[in-house]
Amino acid sequence: MSRQSDTFTIGIELDGAEVRRLARLVSAAETHGFSFASFDDSASAPANGDALVDSILRAAFVSPTTSSIGLVPVSDVIYGEPFHLATQLASLDHASRGRAGFIVRAELDDDAAAAVAWKTADANEIADEAADVVAVSRQLWDSWSDDAVIRDRPTGRYIDRDRVHYPRFEGRRFSITGPSIISRPPQGQLVVFAPGSLTLAADIDADVVLVDGASEAELVRSAASARGRGAARVFAEIEVALDAAGEPARARVERLDAAQPWASASRLRYVGDSDGLTELLTRLAADLDGVRLHVASLDTDLDEIGYRVLPALRQGGVHTPPVVGNTLRDIIGLARPANRFEEAS
Amino acid sequence: MTTSHTPAGTIGFGVFFQGVNFGTVWSHEDSGSQTDFESFRRLIQTAERGLFSAFFLGEGLRLREHRGELHELDIVGRPDAQTQLAALAAVTTHIGLVATQNTTYNDVSSLAHRLASLDLLSGGRAAWNIVTTDNAWTGENFRRGGYLDHADRYSHAEFVVRTAKAIWDASEDGRFSSVTAADEYGEVTVRSRVPRSPQQHPVLFQAGDSSEGRDFAVRQADVIFSAHPEFDKAGEFAADIRARLAAVGRPQDDVKIYPGAEIIVAATDGEARDKEVWIREHQVSPQTALAYLEQIWGTDLSSYDADGPLPDIDPVVEELGGTRGAQFQGRQALTIAQGWRSLAEEKALSIRQLVVHLSSKRSFVGGVESLADRFAKYAHAGVVDGFNISPYLIPSGLDDIVNLLIPALQERGVYATEYAGTTLRENLGLRDPLTRRDGHTGREGRGLRSA
Repeated sequence: MSRQSDTFTIGIELDGAEVRRLARLVSAAETHGFSFASFDDSASAPANGDALVDSILRAAFVSPTTSSIGLVPVSDVIYGEPFHLATQLASLDHASRGRAGFIVRAELDDDAAAAVAWKTADANEIADEAADVVAVSRQLWDSWSDDAVIRDRPTGRYIDRDRVHYPRFEGRRFSITGPSIISRPPQGQLVVFAPGSLTLAADIDADVVLVDGASEAELVRSAASARGRGAARVFAEIEVALDAAGEPARARVERLDAAQPWASASRLRYVGDSDGLTELLTRLAADLDGVRLHVASLDTDLDEIGYRVLPALRQGGVHTPPVVGNTLRDIIGLARPANRFEEAS
Repeated sequence: MTTSHTPAGTIGFGVFFQGVNFGTVWSHEDSGSQTDFESFRRLIQTAERGLFSAFFLGEGLRLREHRGELHELDIVGRPDAQTQLAALAAVTTHIGLVATQNTTYNDVSSLAHRLASLDLLSGGRAAWNIVTTDNAWTGENFRRGGYLDHADRYSHAEFVVRTAKAIWDASEDGRFSSVTAADEYGEVTVRSRVPRSPQQHPVLFQAGDSSEGRDFAVRQADVIFSAHPEFDKAGEFAADIRARLAAVGRPQDDVKIYPGAEIIVAATDGEARDKEVWIREHQVSPQTALAYLEQIWGTDLSSYDADGPLPDIDPVVEELGGTRGAQFQGRQALTIAQGWRSLAEEKALSIRQLVVHLSSKRSFVGGVESLADRFAKYAHAGVVDGFNISPYLIPSGLDDIVNLLIPALQERGVYATEYAGTTLRENLGLRDPLTRRDGHTGREGRGLRSA
């Protein structure tokens, strides 16, 4: 099954961007025309001892200094409060004027479990828990109708209670009455990304499924499988290192590996020149709706892709950069959804 | 590190973007969006132009209900405080960013991590306004429900605060260690994840007014957000806090006092009085006045005329649900109702006038010169360190204060003419965090150990 969207989305993971260069890197990614930036996170202290600032706060921090690029934090859904998560993400969507999404992270983490005083999901419950957190987030985002604030002077009412809805969600491991404490996000619903492995294990209401695969053929098969399970959009996770400043990519990777090994995550890894990456992405664009790129080094590869690959893809009609004022749903080619509580009534 | 203190004879200002209550006018054409980021940007940048110390956001984790239904009359709908403050950190350079966060429905692990994250992103400008919301009604939005016994709210809050401090202290020179802590509500082991910011710890604000709350503040906090702006009461409050500070061995100026206040200022006293009239008219609509009484009467009063006398019927005692989620609860309803009736009779007040009277006690109304003299008196007497202002309009509600009042205060030498530093701790004149001072073990507290 081939690409569903008119546009091919190209995102870049900004993991490793420390606070002091975060704003600069996001601005560079926006200037180059990347569709979205993602911000990795973990549920407890990273095993490698690196410092990692909360991903939603990092995304919020760059929202007022950007105007077109999508902002997509990775967020743990297992070891936190679903109500806080939904509210924080809705707030990010407001602060960024509709450019927010989030990548569901649902992985067993003993350290994260020990850090809270309530009983967390066990291995068998993780996928269902993620499905429940996504479901209640969507209900909370819809819990205010778009026109809930009425400012009606004759009756003295700021808000119309008939346009605010109580989800009264009953999940497998938690319940939430609602409604949300903030109005409906500008996009109505944020763009929810979920790993393909998770959507295999549970019925996750995701907009975008992120698939892995060591080869192009495997990615295409995974994409077809995800579409078979109802995915609206399928993006591939790809690792990239490009030739740069006269140094072949392979030599660069070896040099970088000597300092800190680049852990492979069973993803397709492209190491080579920019033309080869342009060709790879052009081929993938026949079957996939987008990619999320994980680069060997942000300091080098972000600009190499930005200067050499994105312009070629633009000329080839494969990729269209986002524009000022668009939402992330616009970028990905998803319509603003109707409010589920209004459909029901 | 920081050893400066508030210069004697000056005051500072904070601003509270409320997002709830009828104090914020929504029915006037100058009233902007409560949720659009531009409203927040405009207000905080105005505050920073006026050299304000801090910008506050509140937290309410369930929408208010009045008599069992969603309360419709006040502004409502606010962003997650820390998410919004992280965005605002990018468009400001000096002003403090204060997030109200409760110790019951936030896990200490994520609370400490997010506050430390905000502190790093803002270059050392983050603060935590500690509140102890514990009702089960709010708990319906959280995993553990209403798990906390009301009587334990302060002891649990103190446990959470001590644990958060220990987590921040478990970050040293890029190495992160973990902290194990337990109280009767469970045990946690948390590894620190980020370096400390230039101000070491987020600044801690506390607003509890009971004796228990005040003791908690002098043991743990850096700033008290008080409810006593009136000059004499401010003096009594300051004396009380200083005595409590002495009792726990802290210097008398170690906790700063910032009462909440509303400031209505204009060029002249007469103009300010006129301005107050239209503000009150917009704040207290007839419906709002009746709803205010219904919190105490516990019954539908919509058949009463808000511009007429108080109801002659007695409150329906103990009916559930006045306005839930408001601080004001319908306790001791009969006594309160009798007090209001006699006040209204004595001063010949209608329902609406009574509500205006009761709700404007924290207001400073006047022309620039007379208000500046009034504030100078506070500064010279040293009874407060500053005021936390709740603007009656968003986003323009600070304009007159910044454009008119602050220059007049600066002329009198009672308001700073530049920021003292770049961190909130420096700009409030605070010393190092309690656990970072010489002689402190950094590991105090019941049930705390580190690894």
